[in-house]
Amino acid sequence: MHIVVDTDRCVGGGQCVMAAPEIFDQNDDDGTVVLLRADPPPDASAAVREAARLCPALAITLVEEEQ
Amino acid sequence: MSATVGHVVVVGASAAGVTVADTLRDEGHDGRITLIGAEPERPYDRPPLSKDVLAGTREPAATALRTHTHYEDRGIELRTGRTVVSADPTAREVQLDTGETLRYDVLVAATGVGPRRLPLGLPHGQRRPHRLAGVHVLRTLHDLAAFRTDMLTAHRVVVVGSGLLGMEVAATCRGLDVGVTVVSRGPAPLHGQFGATVGGKVAALHVEHGVDLRSGVGVADLTEARGRVTGVTLTDRSTVAADVVLVAVGSDPHTGWLADPMRGLDTADGLGCDAYCRAAPGIFAAGDVARWHHPALGAPVRVEHRMNATEQGICVARNILGAAQPYAPVPYAWTDHYDARIQTYGFMGPRHQFAVVEGSLTERRFVVVYGMHGRVTGALAWRYPKGLRRARELVAQTAPWAEIHNRRRTSAAMSTTTAATTTTSLHSRGVLR
Ligand SMILES: Cc1cc2nc3c(=O)[nH]c(=O)nc-3n(C[C@H](O)[C@H](O)[C@H](O)COP(=O)(O)OP(=O)(O)OC[C@H]3O[C@@H](n4cnc5c(N)ncnc54)[C@H](O)[C@@H]3O)c2cc1C
Ligand code: SF4
Repeated sequence: MHIVVDTDRCVGGGQCVMAAPEIFDQNDDDGTVVLLRADPPPDASAAVREAARLCPALAITLVEEEQ
Repeated sequence: MSATVGHVVVVGASAAGVTVADTLRDEGHDGRITLIGAEPERPYDRPPLSKDVLAGTREPAATALRTHTHYEDRGIELRTGRTVVSADPTAREVQLDTGETLRYDVLVAATGVGPRRLPLGLPHGQRRPHRLAGVHVLRTLHDLAAFRTDMLTAHRVVVVGSGLLGMEVAATCRGLDVGVTVVSRGPAPLHGQFGATVGGKVAALHVEHGVDLRSGVGVADLTEARGRVTGVTLTDRSTVAADVVLVAVGSDPHTGWLADPMRGLDTADGLGCDAYCRAAPGIFAAGDVARWHHPALGAPVRVEHRMNATEQGICVARNILGAAQPYAPVPYAWTDHYDARIQTYGFMGPRHQFAVVEGSLTERRFVVVYGMHGRVTGALAWRYPKGLRRARELVAQTAPWAEIHNRRRTSAAMSTTTAATTTTSLHSRGVLR
């Protein structure tokens, strides 16, 4: 799984950070998402999916690798 | 699992409805899902309609909630441009405007809300206000196209209503250098949402950006010439000339299709549900239309915010699949005005206790918390997202009000400047006025 974030869309509420704190952070200035790990370990993928689903701004896109 | 769930019919194809459908698929339902939406477009996101899409910096097409092939790929039967006209919970059927009847095993109401119109009985003439050219509402892409075209060539837009939608539109119009008058029945914009102090800050910000703000008055009448609006007359008898009027006076839940006393559903204000977002056996509700019993608050609530549509959609899908999960969110919302982003968690209003916990009101970068009956119920950040995350804890725990003092002592130890600007700012609204 590969994560792409669109910082222009991000509304800075931090739902992604609450769902997957090892993968997402926010900058101090305006709360825009900061991607800590674009390629999360397999055991984080459930949390990352939850983060993407929760994001109210559709700012998180997940690219699933071909099996 | 899905053998017991059967055919799920979701009425309303927007943020809440799409989330219900997706979550059902992702979490094990392999049976039939039908998603029915009255609008002709594929599901799209509404918050940008008063912000960057109105400003012209984002294409309307970029508001799509999912990719074009998403629904087909997941076997979600999406039917756009179709309205459900009634439901029969006994037969477990819904009727479509096409005359078609659809049987369901589980029904989800995700029909949202529609804009309230100006009262039809305005004294002026026979023409109803919303039939005049130049008078608009803003809820859909269709509304947006009509309003934006008119607004771009306007000298002055009158925004009737000073809630979130009205004030965001005012800010975006000012950004395009269009003259704006806001007619606010309350003492300040967003007063009903955030209380007197933050409302006053919002008022000052808009006035600085050139908004002509008329507080404490309503619209008495519209003036017209040859079928086109030419201005508004206010309840204080003053007049404002305008070529465009945006009516943003709140919204009403779309429950007409369920509102038959014979069906035994509670549609007094949205569709009434229990703590599991269930209105009746096999009937759930999510998003703006859902009024449910919030277990932590012990009261019925209905939330018209984007984040709730997603969170409640997830919860409803899981409850359809048997999770038996009470829905007790700490609702998150945001609103953008010029360079200021205001973000909130929880519940707040003009009658709540109020205290600044970080930053400073005068510097317009702060976090405030709200309380009721000695407990913290909400937090609001003005250009201070990190601070809001810290305050969210207090809201999530419904912390005793006294605890915010400890909080402030801690932040004083960390930062003397913060403490200096916050020590005098604990007031209830009564003290402030
Ligand atoms: C301009 C604008 C700006 C906003 N900005 C913000 C913001 O900054 N922050 C924030 O938190 N929230 C914001 N919101 C609110 C947010 O968009 C809503 O909370 C969210 O859209 C609710 O989603 P929903 O799916 O519950 O309902 P809706 O988005 O209202 O969707 C309901 C859908 O159901 C359809 N429908 C209704 N009746 C029927 C029927 N009988 N049959 C079939 N279909 C039907 C409707 O046509 C509609 O498409 C904004 C809203 C607007 C309009
Ligand atoms: S959840 Fe989405 S909008 Fe919120 S901070 Fe994360 S990326 Fe940004």
